[in-house]
Amino acid sequence: MSLFLRLLFRNKLAGFGAVVLGVIVLLALLTPILPLHLPNETNTANRFLRPMSEGHLLGTDHLGRDLLSRLMWGTRLSLAVGFAAALVAGLLGAAIGVMAGYFGGRTDNVTMRGVDMLMAFPYILLALAIVAVLGPGLLNALIAVAVVNIPFFARNIRGVTVGIAHREFIDAAKLAGMGHTRILLTEVVPNIVPVVVIAMSTTIGWMILETAGLSFLGLGSQPPQADLGSMLGEARSALITAPHTSIVPGVMILLIVMSVNLLGDGIRDALDPRLRSGALARPMATTRVERAEAPAPKGEGLLRIDDLETQFHVGSRIYKAVNKVSLDLKPGECLGLIGESGSGKSVTALSVMGLVASPPGVITGGAVRLEGRDLIGAPYEVLRSLRGRKVAYIFQDPLSTLHPLYHIGDQLIEAIRVHEHVTHAQAHERAVKLLEDVRIPNAGARAKAYPHELSGGMRQRVGIAMALANDPDIIIADEPTTALDVTVQAQILALLSDLRRDRGLAILFITHDFGVVGQLCDRVAVMYGGRIVEAGDTAEVLAAPAHPYTKRLIACVPELGGGRRELAAIPGLPPAVDDLPAGCAFAPRCDKAQTACRADEIDLTGDTHKVRCLYPEGAS
Amino acid sequence: MTIALKATDLAKTFDIGKRLIGPPRAQVHAVHPVSFEVQTGETLGVVGESGCGKSTLARMLVGLLPPTSGSIEIEGRALDRADPAAFGRLIQYVFQDPVSSLNPRKTIRQIIEVPLRLLHGLRGKALDDRIAELFDAVNLRPEFLSRYPHEFSGGQAQRIGIARALAASPRIVILDEPVSALDVSVQAQVLNLLADLKAEFNLTYLFISHDLAVVEAVSDRIAVLYFGSIVETGPAEKVFAAPRHPYTSLLADSAPVVGRPLGGAQSGELPDPLNPPPGCAFAGRCPRASDVCRAKVPELRAVEGDQFVACHHPLDP
Ligand SMILES: Nc1ncnc2c1ncn2[C@@H]1O[C@H](COP(=O)(O)OP(=O)(O)OP(=O)(O)O)[C@@H](O)[C@H]1O
Ligand code: SF4
Ligand code: SF4
Ligand SMILES: [Mg+2]
Repeated sequence: MSLFLRLLFRNKLAGFGAVVLGVIVLLALLTPILPLHLPNETNTANRFLRPMSEGHLLGTDHLGRDLLSRLMWGTRLSLAVGFAAALVAGLLGAAIGVMAGYFGGRTDNVTMRGVDMLMAFPYILLALAIVAVLGPGLLNALIAVAVVNIPFFARNIRGVTVGIAHREFIDAAKLAGMGHTRILLTEVVPNIVPVVVIAMSTTIGWMILETAGLSFLGLGSQPPQADLGSMLGEARSALITAPHTSIVPGVMILLIVMSVNLLGDGIRDALDPRLRSGALARPMATTRVERAEAPAPKGEGLLRIDDLETQFHVGSRIYKAVNKVSLDLKPGECLGLIGESGSGKSVTALSVMGLVASPPGVITGGAVRLEGRDLIGAPYEVLRSLRGRKVAYIFQDPLSTLHPLYHIGDQLIEAIRVHEHVTHAQAHERAVKLLEDVRIPNAGARAKAYPHELSGGMRQRVGIAMALANDPDIIIADEPTTALDVTVQAQILALLSDLRRDRGLAILFITHDFGVVGQLCDRVAVMYGGRIVEAGDTAEVLAAPAHPYTKRLIACVPELGGGRRELAAIPGLPPAVDDLPAGCAFAPRCDKAQTACRADEIDLTGDTHKVRCLYPEGAS
Repeated sequence: MTIALKATDLAKTFDIGKRLIGPPRAQVHAVHPVSFEVQTGETLGVVGESGCGKSTLARMLVGLLPPTSGSIEIEGRALDRADPAAFGRLIQYVFQDPVSSLNPRKTIRQIIEVPLRLLHGLRGKALDDRIAELFDAVNLRPEFLSRYPHEFSGGQAQRIGIARALAASPRIVILDEPVSALDVSVQAQVLNLLADLKAEFNLTYLFISHDLAVVEAVSDRIAVLYFGSIVETGPAEKVFAAPRHPYTSLLADSAPVVGRPLGGAQSGELPDPLNPPPGCAFAGRCPRASDVCRAKVPELRAVEGDQFVACHHPLDP
């Protein structure tokens, strides 16, 4: 709750809205005990008194009634009706949405068609029609406003409910013996409350306005009862001669609607989980760099990463996702980067081209040299011109790089024409050729397909074609086959291997699968807790792992053909990178750990086969 | 040996493009009629690629999806009503995504309590004792009970999921890709725990996975699913070591193994479910396909001992 308030007030406008609305609501609540005139007390002798008149702070209206008093009572009424309408619309709409979304099928179909039909009517016309049927009156206006808003809530909430109803915990609840009612009340509803609150807070302002509109037309509150709309309506005939009678309720409506909407937006932002994680600021074009100075290059190489440090600064915590990582890639070489989830593989890969999101990401040290030129801290234009042309990425989920609404062919053409000035026809030809290169059958026709029309394996091939579009020297592939089936994975790996041979591509291949590394990569680096713990020739590392972690991780991987057996496990969990132990990060799980292991940082030693361990395997 | 779970001609067809009235626009046969038996105390592994109907089959077995046709028997009793609560006491489910299977707004205690209260009517001290027992069985610390799901790692969350399934005291547990979301070093912890629990509570498992090596390591028998049908079943040590169906053989060759050259790089996609081929569904990718394959659907038949295969031209052992 306090987190919610802090987030809410970080947004200055929302804070302003909250204060204004708070004052108005407080005054409205206090109205009965304030020393005011009676709101309906007429005094025709004192008609149209100007504001600041003796005894009437805001003047009087056409019947000589005190405007201040009417304004306060009117505000009170308008707020009450607005809140009541929002509550009714929210609850009924949510109930309909939850039912439709949860039960699906025919229930959903029938209710949602009904809702669509209601939504097809112009808003205010529908409200007028309802009041026309029920007859004028404040209660009927309230009903009308609530009814016309129900479809909005029903639609919204249905969408969210469908998402929740397909989550696995709902299935689990069914298997645990819960009936539909109980599941709806204890599993579904608690998860949609925030959405209902957001929807209410962003629409309540409009509902107050709509009620005022109906009253203005004489369909809402009936004389002499004052609400903001009817005050405006009654003042209409004296708009020119006594403008204050219109301005006073008008300004109040403006204040209320504005403050409610500002506050509503603030509430929405504060409750939105995406914005909550501190990403309220706009992301920067490239990763923020805060490094003292670039380390001297330690050698040659097409791509050299030297002592790279990338961190995430979230609040007061520092996540050392990548900690002094050094890698090098020669032309035409395939380097495997292997490690468990959270070990820093992806962050390493993204740091190369400054693609780590900032905030919260910061590169705090090291250098990334492409053909000798340091890319860390390079301006956005430089990085952009290199992305795709020199270094291209392939991600696990190709959908994240493909636009869902364009033909894949057009996207390839676009990618080609970013870096090269060729005609559309030439680019099209190249695009089809690329699709053929990644072995998409019937490439010419498939170029007209949308991403969602392709299978996972096909889509990943398009992802590879996109990466190849500008003939890069280096491909960084971040788990490109993890989401694919084994038979499709085999196809993609074979494809990458062929492309590497044919085009002399250098590949940085990120994976957590030793089998894949063993088949594809020349060299491999093993990451643990943000550091490289072992690196060397693939065959050598796999046959004789030197680091205890590598050795035990390999032992955990079941191999086909081993038959039924007990599997090796590493007890414990990988370390949290915001709280790394001093010394060796693997020490808490290592059965060879000595006191020396926990004392100081351990260096990566060795010539071609490097290891970061005081007591490596095989050495006695 | 008694039969714990028996499925007879179990099939599921989904309607696509439902209309308010009238028939649907199209139908997808997610699971073609399949029949199989699982002996008490056995682990039946089910492998297949995405979209081949593994999860649909599993969800029918626990009553989360009503089958289009066919029947399910558990320990000789027919369960034909799709009522998860009736199924719940006999058969339980462990989900693939450990985090999404726990309601983010409930504490672990609230989650574990539900099956104990609703299926077994436990209250008060009996309830607390049973929870402590379950937590002990899956090696979790009791102080975790008051925490919320997001505070747990994948491996821990999966243990909680397993504890919830065990809370119903089922006879059979369906494990739907229980370790796919976990790291290898943690995966083995969970697999070994499952093996221990099976021995301790005399359970029967149906273990679904796309990872052939994992399935082979934990199963007694394996069934290979392709495009909604069982194409091969047999003892775990034989199915991948000496596959008789060309698809099983392709699967076995595709699994990345250190020291083996990249293999199985054969093109071809799964058939279109809206427009299935008339004969063998694998014919489009099969090197042995002949005319009879493209015309007639092969039936599952015994080839050798208890190895069954649905193929007109099975491979030689
Ligand atoms: N936007 C972010 N904000 C805060 N921390 C982050 C962010 N992105 C990554 N991290 C942290 O950085 C560390 C390394 O993450 P990274 O994504 O590189 O792991 P990985 O090795 O690629 O794992 P996986 O195998 O799951 O892809 C993790 O501890 C992660 O929690
Ligand atoms: S340094 Fe020590 S604790 Fe770390 S891996 Fe080596 S032996 Fe184990
Ligand atoms: S039936 Fe024919 S096409 Fe199908 S798997 Fe057997 S040989 Fe291949
Ligand atoms: Mg990653």
